[in-house]
Amino acid sequence: MVLRIEAKWEIPYVHSAGEHATKFFEALKEKKILGVKCPKCQRVLVPPRAFCERCYVDTDEWVEVKDEGVIETVTINYARFTGLPDPPYAVGIIKLDGADTGMLAYLGGVDLTDWKKAHEKLKVGTRVKAVWKDRPEGRITDILYFKPVEE
Amino acid sequence: MRRAAVIGVGQTKFRTRRDDKTHPELTREAVSRALEHAGITMDDVDAFVFGTMDPFDGINCPDRWSSTAAGFGKPFMKISTGGTTGLTTGIAAYQHVASGLFDVVVAVCTQRVGENVDAQPVLNTAVDPIYERHSGVGAISVAAIQATVHMQKYGTTEEQMAWVSVKDHENALKNPYAHIKKKIGVEDVLSSPVVSSPLKLYECCPRSDGSVAVIFASEEKAEQIRDDPAWILAESSISDSYFVGDRPDLAVWDSLSIAGRRLYRLAGIDDPKKDIDVAELYSPFTIQEILELEALGFAEKGEGAKLAEEGVTFVDGDMPTNPSGGVLCTNPIGATGLVRLGEASLQVMGEASNQVDGAEVALAHAWGGTLQFHALMLVSSHKKLRR
Repeated sequence: MVLRIEAKWEIPYVHSAGEHATKFFEALKEKKILGVKCPKCQRVLVPPRAFCERCYVDTDEWVEVKDEGVIETVTINYARFTGLPDPPYAVGIIKLDGADTGMLAYLGGVDLTDWKKAHEKLKVGTRVKAVWKDRPEGRITDILYFKPVEE
Repeated sequence: MRRAAVIGVGQTKFRTRRDDKTHPELTREAVSRALEHAGITMDDVDAFVFGTMDPFDGINCPDRWSSTAAGFGKPFMKISTGGTTGLTTGIAAYQHVASGLFDVVVAVCTQRVGENVDAQPVLNTAVDPIYERHSGVGAISVAAIQATVHMQKYGTTEEQMAWVSVKDHENALKNPYAHIKKKIGVEDVLSSPVVSSPLKLYECCPRSDGSVAVIFASEEKAEQIRDDPAWILAESSISDSYFVGDRPDLAVWDSLSIAGRRLYRLAGIDDPKKDIDVAELYSPFTIQEILELEALGFAEKGEGAKLAEEGVTFVDGDMPTNPSGGVLCTNPIGATGLVRLGEASLQVMGEASNQVDGAEVALAHAWGGTLQFHALMLVSSHKKLRR
């Protein structure tokens, strides 16, 4: 038997969101989701970024998108992983009304016990709406999850 | 660019843990085997390119430690592009030779994912801290969201995906270096626990420790060193958007299609199904082999799921895919892409452990990042594509 040496990393960081993204987080405090419009390809990018990576031009035009949209895809996690939420939980990509890109988000409001039944309720194309924290703090976690809307 | 070839391949056995050896000792095991396979010595090597994905190994810049086994006193550089690392390292080493700057260059990748008690915290640090780190997306869920779309759009079934796993597990039984060795059937896959729906445990790769080395040489050197080198016909790579939500359609891997078309144009390939005999694809999850086969032109869009089910991708089928057992059975993440190239090279040398009869042209692929990067290399037993 060889010697085994235990080790652990705990390294604190303080990250900057940058001037551009800070504007997005400020808007979240008012339960508003902002995107940016690329002046060249005209795509509305959410989450917003300071330049369009495809056109390589600055994106200075801010536009508000809806906190409602459609599910582009979904998965339900049943395994426990360090640093991730307690299972089961659903994650998907939501294309918000007014946006040209999808946004990673939690999905909720549906019983996740049986994945096949849950996928039926969270089908690609299903309309969903954001469920917000009561008192948003200007963080990405202000949007708790998206849930299907009754049509 | 001048012509170059693979002249030697060396792998360690891949296991959850390789407690018997330290980081540089594993590197040395792979490098020594590759040198032996090529029939050359360390003195014949002009430079080393090292690949690893920090910080799975729990050592920041493990290249410092492992470089002691990777050409002391020689030119050295380190490559890291997430899961693509292994093949990007191969491409870098190839370019060292093809550029004319070096004659013999070793690409070596070592990774110890198994020493990482839980790889997820490391993967969490690979996501930007501004928008996406709190999204709860792990490595498996990224593949799972591809599967959800593919199933809904094309009617791909759980059984069809399970066949990919059955095929890879069957292949791994013949590979002495493979990590997971277990004969399984479709029912075993379907009844294994759902990890990230719709993907089940047996549709997901393990975490492996190990190392792999591939040696490149110029045309002149390659011909002096061995009769049957694996000639590099072409390579290509591509980067895509950082945000997963930017991909217009997760049911198709368009960035891989573009990289594939670039590769085929460089190599003069019109019909990959006809011109390529075997593929080693980076498919840590069943659905990804299906997406890759479609993106690379081995199947029409939405038809890739039929290939394993119908036996086409088995070793005796028309398009053998991952005869080594693939990433589904062995995944030392930052080394995995170079394993693909090593196995592809052994196929065209006629020396693979699960040899495809008469393989002359083999494709190696890797992807990395959150579905962000792709790398491709095409090797052949001939200097040019023969039809």
